[in-house]
Amino acid sequence: MSKSVTYSKIITVYLFWWVNWIAIQTAVILGLGFGWETALTDAAITQLIFALSGYTINTSMHSYQPSIKNMVYLICYSVVLTLLSIFIQRWLLLQALGGISGFSNFLENSLTLRGAFGWLMNLLIATLTWFWVYVEDRKEVEKRKEDAARLAREAELSNLRLQLQPHFLFNSLNSISALVSSRPDEARKMIQQLSDFLRGTVKKDDTSLVTLEEELQHLQLYLEIEKVRFGHRLITDIQKSEESLVLKLPSLLLQPIVENAIKFGLYDTVGEITISISTRKENNLLLIEVKNPFDPATASPRQGTGFGLSSVQRRLYLIYFRNDLLSTSQSENVFVTTIKIPQIS
Amino acid sequence: MIKVILIDDEPLARSLVREYLHTYPDIDIVSECGDGFEGVKAIAQHQPDLIFLDIQMPKINGFEMLELVENPPAVIFTTAFDEYAIQAFEQHAVDYLLKPFSKERFDRAIQKWKGQQSVPQKNTSMLLETISHPEERQRIVVKKGNNIVIVPVHTVHYLEAFDDYVKVHTKEGFYLKKKTMAHFEKALDPKQFVRVHRSYLLNLQELTRIEPLEKENHIALLKSGVRVPLSQSGYGKLREVLGI
Repeated sequence: MSKSVTYSKIITVYLFWWVNWIAIQTAVILGLGFGWETALTDAAITQLIFALSGYTINTSMHSYQPSIKNMVYLICYSVVLTLLSIFIQRWLLLQALGGISGFSNFLENSLTLRGAFGWLMNLLIATLTWFWVYVEDRKEVEKRKEDAARLAREAELSNLRLQLQPHFLFNSLNSISALVSSRPDEARKMIQQLSDFLRGTVKKDDTSLVTLEEELQHLQLYLEIEKVRFGHRLITDIQKSEESLVLKLPSLLLQPIVENAIKFGLYDTVGEITISISTRKENNLLLIEVKNPFDPATASPRQGTGFGLSSVQRRLYLIYFRNDLLSTSQSENVFVTTIKIPQIS
Repeated sequence: MIKVILIDDEPLARSLVREYLHTYPDIDIVSECGDGFEGVKAIAQHQPDLIFLDIQMPKINGFEMLELVENPPAVIFTTAFDEYAIQAFEQHAVDYLLKPFSKERFDRAIQKWKGQQSVPQKNTSMLLETISHPEERQRIVVKKGNNIVIVPVHTVHYLEAFDDYVKVHTKEGFYLKKKTMAHFEKALDPKQFVRVHRSYLLNLQELTRIEPLEKENHIALLKSGVRVPLSQSGYGKLREVLGI
């Protein structure tokens, strides 16, 4: 739409340009002592032919844009077009105005000047067209680049979102296998929970935002499953402020953070562990804190920034273009992961 | 009776193995353990013929636990997918069961173990030596008397060869670990630990000075005041890593 609007604008400007030249040429010929009719007819025929030749150059350059090296072709092309224009003009003008006294003489004498003028016009149009096409091409390239970057970003986001730890799935299935013969009802319940959890991970799209309440519901499914596996050791404590529940965050962001905390807590200590999750609203931010116990004496330095957290960090960066939304801290034997989610209204 | 120990931090995972073992009246489960510490004790106490061992467990993993056991028994690993270990399993473990596993697969593993008892045993310590760690070793698990100590590698000053053992020197003194120098040279980050001598592996962060000794020889002075001899090639390696 916008392209055709600019196109019709250009045509208007182009016509206006040639009408101007018709006026100028008319004035010049009047000044030489010819009559109104003669002056106007000559100017109209001459400039219309030049306008046509300029248009020809313009359209042919849209399909073939010579490189700087091949400029010589363009010059030859404009010379040929100019000679052709002059030839046609001469023939038309002689047909129309050959009877006016002194006109054919004037025409023959002014042919060189007319040719020079036409050629300059053709060159001007060719140059402008060349720049025009060049700029359009650049825009096109930029746009393609942007599209490619956007596609890559979307693909990366979807990759990061689907990074479900296979360990979790296989170990859960193993637990179900253990429950089947001794406690079939619990086995069925766990199959249901696992299915609901998996369905939740596949149905959402990559950049969609969900409310904290929805995200916590999905997290609950995950925690139920982990409690079947580690119920004897795992205690969870969720403190959610009422006003934070309606705030939005990228879907499936919380689960990997909690998964990381649980793994860290379970494998770095023996005995019972408590994972605390607290959420609150602060200014225009949704703040979520996940705490797990760890043993500062033996925790390997890399463990805290394992895959779970680096993929969350990357996702937050790709969505919000900020690297400061995820942070970790440790005090005594508690490891704290904090995420801040800007609320865009 | 065949004595078996189950070591897995998930009770349900152990109960599955227990259930599968019901069909073997000649097998007796003498102990079940929820982590590697219990595992080390139970193995020392019961001297089992076979253990079922999970890898990812609290505090110390299955491999680290095995390192602490003298004369480790035959091992069948039970684990969710662990890409890095599978190759080593194939070479040296009796078998490995990928969770979730079927009764048929489980039976095959038991048959395989029973079949191997007449032929020379696959060597569990060989398994430990060849396991390639997915990343550099971050810690060394050692035994001091009856206690198990986890030594983060950044607290290690240097390692010293000592017969069949390696002395792991730290601020608190040294621990003995039944491993080879070659193992540690491979498993530790080569930018941090340099084999400066046939018998010494040095933590660069502990190095304060290199001093010339008579002739071509050099010696490294550590922050703790200890002097570690450098071999000619070790001195060259050290210079290369330090970029001097």
